[in-house]
Amino acid sequence: MTDVLLKADQVSIQFGGLRALSGFDLELRKGDLKGLIGPNGAGKTTAFNVLTGVYLPTSGEVRVGGQRVNGKKPHQINRLGLARTFQNIRLFRALTALDNVKVACLADEKPVFGAERLAALHAKGGWSGKLAGGFEAWNNYYDWWRALLLTPGFQREEASLTRRAEELLEVMGLSHRRDEEARNLPYGEQRRLEIARALGTRPKVLLLDEPAAGMNTREKADLMVLIRELRQRFELGILVIEHDMKLVMGICENITVLDHGEIIARGDPAAVRSDRKVIEAYLGDSYLESHPHVGTPGAA
Amino acid sequence: METAAVPARAGVPPMLRGILPVLLALAVLSLAEWAFGGWPFFVYLSSIVGVAIIAAVSLNIVNGMTGQFSIGHAGFMAVGAFVAGRFSLDFHDVGLSGVPVGFSDQLFFVLALLLGGLAAAACGFIVGLPSLRLRGDYLAIVTLGFGEIIRVIVQNTDAFGRALGLSGIPQRSSLFMVGFWVFLTVLTARRIASSSHGRSLWAIREDEIAAEAMGVNTTAYKVRSFVISSFFAGIAGGLFAHFVPIINPGSFTFVRSMEIVVMIVAGGLGSTTGAIIAAIALTLLPEAMRTVFTQLSGGDASLAQKVDQIRMPIYGLLLVVLMLVRPQGLFGTRELWDLLPRWFPRRRKGVA
Repeated sequence: MTDVLLKADQVSIQFGGLRALSGFDLELRKGDLKGLIGPNGAGKTTAFNVLTGVYLPTSGEVRVGGQRVNGKKPHQINRLGLARTFQNIRLFRALTALDNVKVACLADEKPVFGAERLAALHAKGGWSGKLAGGFEAWNNYYDWWRALLLTPGFQREEASLTRRAEELLEVMGLSHRRDEEARNLPYGEQRRLEIARALGTRPKVLLLDEPAAGMNTREKADLMVLIRELRQRFELGILVIEHDMKLVMGICENITVLDHGEIIARGDPAAVRSDRKVIEAYLGDSYLESHPHVGTPGAA
Repeated sequence: METAAVPARAGVPPMLRGILPVLLALAVLSLAEWAFGGWPFFVYLSSIVGVAIIAAVSLNIVNGMTGQFSIGHAGFMAVGAFVAGRFSLDFHDVGLSGVPVGFSDQLFFVLALLLGGLAAAACGFIVGLPSLRLRGDYLAIVTLGFGEIIRVIVQNTDAFGRALGLSGIPQRSSLFMVGFWVFLTVLTARRIASSSHGRSLWAIREDEIAAEAMGVNTTAYKVRSFVISSFFAGIAGGLFAHFVPIINPGSFTFVRSMEIVVMIVAGGLGSTTGAIIAAIALTLLPEAMRTVFTQLSGGDASLAQKVDQIRMPIYGLLLVVLMLVRPQGLFGTRELWDLLPRWFPRRRKGVA
């Protein structure tokens, strides 16, 4: 199945005695817009960190674009087409909005040995993989010399990077902030800039970690429209972690609910909303006792 | 879509933009050599300043742009100085036939410098490796340790003259040569800063986790910045070895490293022009003080010597005051032209 862009299979991760995630599985295809919800500390961000290679899963397997990525570094996984934003905004604060995006546009077109050829060699492993590593190093030094000598090719590439970054800023409605330092942007715009930056890496899958946190109602509504547009325009699969139920229920076609590191429910928004276990996790079982007909099919 | 037009700037054709500054620098430096070359004290002073600038600007690539705190820069200078010095000593009477002696000497001098630089770069690679795992204070301690190791090795190696150091190295340095390497260092630093490489380094400095998530191979970039930085430190050391009568391990102690750190912190971590200005000021300051205090005591040098001895406490005090008044350093991460008044045509950061 090559059209599965992101696949987690029975992924578990253990920190000492704490089982932060167990038996997590997920499939994301092109055009999917899925949600990941759960109470605080349920393991949502941990799941993101496993998928993007920040943590190594204790067991199970993560595949990006059909390639097994367990043990790969985050930057390698990113190059396979997985980009993310962060819950606690992690912009390059002292850089301008434009430069923030340009960092992500880095090494967009490799001049000597193309990314696809390298990926193919890497996939073969063994000596081919080593060879690919060598080519990569060569590419980097080649880039470096071009930068030092300011060759016309380098200048063209730099100009095209700038143009692409400007386009992305425009998509996210940030053109007017082009030359402002990221730290001086208002909160909502910082969140949007993070998405623009993630898009700069030309992802196939976009993971959004609480993209609406700290936004007002108006901004949230705009963001919902925007996320849908992004999926269309960039042909993405999108996975959203979000606390705002209205937003998640509004845009996601499929929602996975985590509690204590385990998946307790999955399905379309309506089904998840009326699931007994979900209500129990969010509102406590005492709520269920006092509202006996809540959470049974056909009620609500 | 990859054939975007190069933005025309000041009518310089793209083909020339890379090489034009070099040609200009060669012309200006030749002129300077012709005008001031016969004035030994001036040449000596500007050579010392030049070496300081190279050291500061190159350290700024690691400490300022990449945000890795290295405090063993004098160690890399020592590698460059002793390797280049040894080479020049061994080959001082070798010359190429068919070319003027002066030319052949300069050729060997450049060769010695490059050897010193490459040796230092190799050491930078070795020190860069632990930086994959360490950060902050721990990395600082490793680099500090490295600087001391180099010094101790030199002190105990016969080829490097043990504690006495090397003397009699042919004095081949010139205003032109120092100036040219200063120029190359600054040009390299600036062009890195405004390329993809530089942006990746800035990104690592700002947020390593985010940089990694955006596809920046942080370990590779960190090692590379160490290598580039130590290469130029080696060059600085090599130049130094060719205009001072004697080099010994005492010239490359921890104190020297700290001087360079003070320069870049004072100039603003990440600011190349800040590093240059601070390097000039902090190098000329002791010289000026020496002159002033000698004059004050009526030609007696002992007072000046005393003042010279408390140079480090003065630096320390300067740094404390600076941190209180302007914690981001003279320029912060900006460059001189970012701070000039509005009427001066501005250049945006990140645009070459």
